[in-house]
Amino acid sequence: MASTDTTTEAVAKTDDLAGLEAGLDALDSVQVRRTPVREVLGRKVLPPLVAVALVLVVWQVLVWAKITDEYKLPPPAAVWDSLTTMWLEGTLLGVLWTSVSRALLGFVMALAIGTPLGLLVARVRFVRAAIGPILSGLQSLPSVAWVAPAVLWLGLNDSMMYAVILLGAVPSIANGLVSGVDQVPPLFLRAGRTLGANGLRGAWHIVMPAALPGYLAGLKQGWAFSWRSLMAAEIIASSPELGLGLGQLLENGRNNIDMPGIFLAILLILIVGIAIDLLIFSPLERAVLRRRGLLVKS
Amino acid sequence: MATTFAEAEDRVAVSHAARIDHVSKSFAGPTGQQLVLDDISLDVAPGEFVTLLGASGCGKSTLLNLVAGLDRPTVGSIETPGGRPALMFQEHALFPWLTAGKNIELALRLRGVAKNERRGEAERLLELVRLSGAYGKRVHELSGGMRQRVALARALAQDSDLLLMDEPFAALDAITRDVLHDELTRIWRETKLSVLFVTHNVREAVRLAERVVLLSSRPGRIARQWEIGIPHPRRIEDAAVAELSVEITEELRGEIRRHGQH
Ligand SMILES: Nc1ncnc2c1ncn2[C@@H]1O[C@H](COP(=O)(O)OP(=O)(O)OP(=O)(O)O)[C@@H](O)[C@H]1O
Ligand SMILES: [Mg+2]
Repeated sequence: MASTDTTTEAVAKTDDLAGLEAGLDALDSVQVRRTPVREVLGRKVLPPLVAVALVLVVWQVLVWAKITDEYKLPPPAAVWDSLTTMWLEGTLLGVLWTSVSRALLGFVMALAIGTPLGLLVARVRFVRAAIGPILSGLQSLPSVAWVAPAVLWLGLNDSMMYAVILLGAVPSIANGLVSGVDQVPPLFLRAGRTLGANGLRGAWHIVMPAALPGYLAGLKQGWAFSWRSLMAAEIIASSPELGLGLGQLLENGRNNIDMPGIFLAILLILIVGIAIDLLIFSPLERAVLRRRGLLVKS
Repeated sequence: MATTFAEAEDRVAVSHAARIDHVSKSFAGPTGQQLVLDDISLDVAPGEFVTLLGASGCGKSTLLNLVAGLDRPTVGSIETPGGRPALMFQEHALFPWLTAGKNIELALRLRGVAKNERRGEAERLLELVRLSGAYGKRVHELSGGMRQRVALARALAQDSDLLLMDEPFAALDAITRDVLHDELTRIWRETKLSVLFVTHNVREAVRLAERVVLLSSRPGRIARQWEIGIPHPRRIEDAAVAELSVEITEELRGEIRRHGQH
């Protein structure tokens, strides 16, 4: 052992190093700050509200200017009247629920099929060569195309709706996962291997979490496709047994030449699509990206 | 590190932490097989700190990957009696979906440490690299130097006898690098690990190592070795470090010059 003298000296030196290090860490650390509510309101909430108000104003001005017949361009107030009528009749929530529940259930089924399919395509070379290109090609096929065969195969019922949703959403979800897995940095895979994460353990601990952002982007797109496919199916295939959804509402408006009804249906379809994205997918994606420091604050 | 008596005896019983035995490695290049490493033989003794020094592209990373078992030699064999070595990369390679503490716990888990022991062990390792407060921090919230220290803690979590380091401090500023040199030396002396450290920085090599191995380029061969007898604690600006660095740099330049002559 060293003499007492050199020991104290060594201790002093270690303290010195610790202090230096603490100083460097403090100087170099990133300060994370939460955005105050007022700033969020001013920067995120206000602009879209202004845009919506502006659209309403232009719309009303066009109606006043009588640029076309009123049955072609109803005033905003008429659309509002349709909405309150539906609300008072008690049909509004029912119609919304019919479509939203269908779309969400279809989406969950697409998730259950698309995820394992994506994993297979990403990890098994033969499967990728066999169906990879078809899967990406399917994304550009409009899902309306599936309505006709689905009606003939399955008849006018809910299963036909779900079939159309699945054909629209499964490729998006699977492709999102595939590109997520493809973009996993090789460094993570090598780091995982040196830690002993091979095979299934590597897939579970490294590949899946690393691919999560790509997967979530796929889910987001998958939802958009689910919703669009369902609307296409509901507009084309209407039958009393199917119940009244938003698509049928639109189709009924056309049959009755009820322009306010058509506008209302379009607005509701738009609002539901945006709302689900804003309430579920965007927060999920942002949370994941923020935790990884991938969200750039503008 | 908690070592039982039997284990300690085991470690004494083997004469090397790594044995690289007549190893060659070639890759398929545009002009046929390209020989990158040529007949490398090198032993790292238990507890020894060896730096591999060489010009860019001479095959240092390739050799380290072979020792780590990430790739196989074309000819020859590599033994690491202590099991799979720990490896630290030039980039921190921490997983951004986990906190600093959980990165270390993942290494512990993959090593088979019981669930209820992981947290305490991770905190002990963070304390060892003097980052006690960083357990819950995300990777992006840490500075470059802190990231490399967490990466070091994660490598130590593998509890391997042999630590491989591939230019782990190359991306850091000089002040931070200097501090981490002191840290690494302290940890190496505390843990009695064997270290094989790759760098192209001559002073870093001399500052840290007990033995410096100079690799030539194209193909990589062991050109010369130096035993570094300078006593610890060393500083990068010590006269003895500087003097030896000048000598080794001359030799390294000679190696590089040879390539310009034909
Ligand atoms: N997988 C590979 N396939 C083909 N050639 C490779 C491969 N890996 C490395 N090489 C070649 O081997 C040579 C040595 O590469 P290596 O990365 O080991 O060098 P290095 O000494 O680590 O260089 P640096 O200091 O830049 O990190 C280079 O010429 C490189 O092009
Ligand atoms: Mg390298």
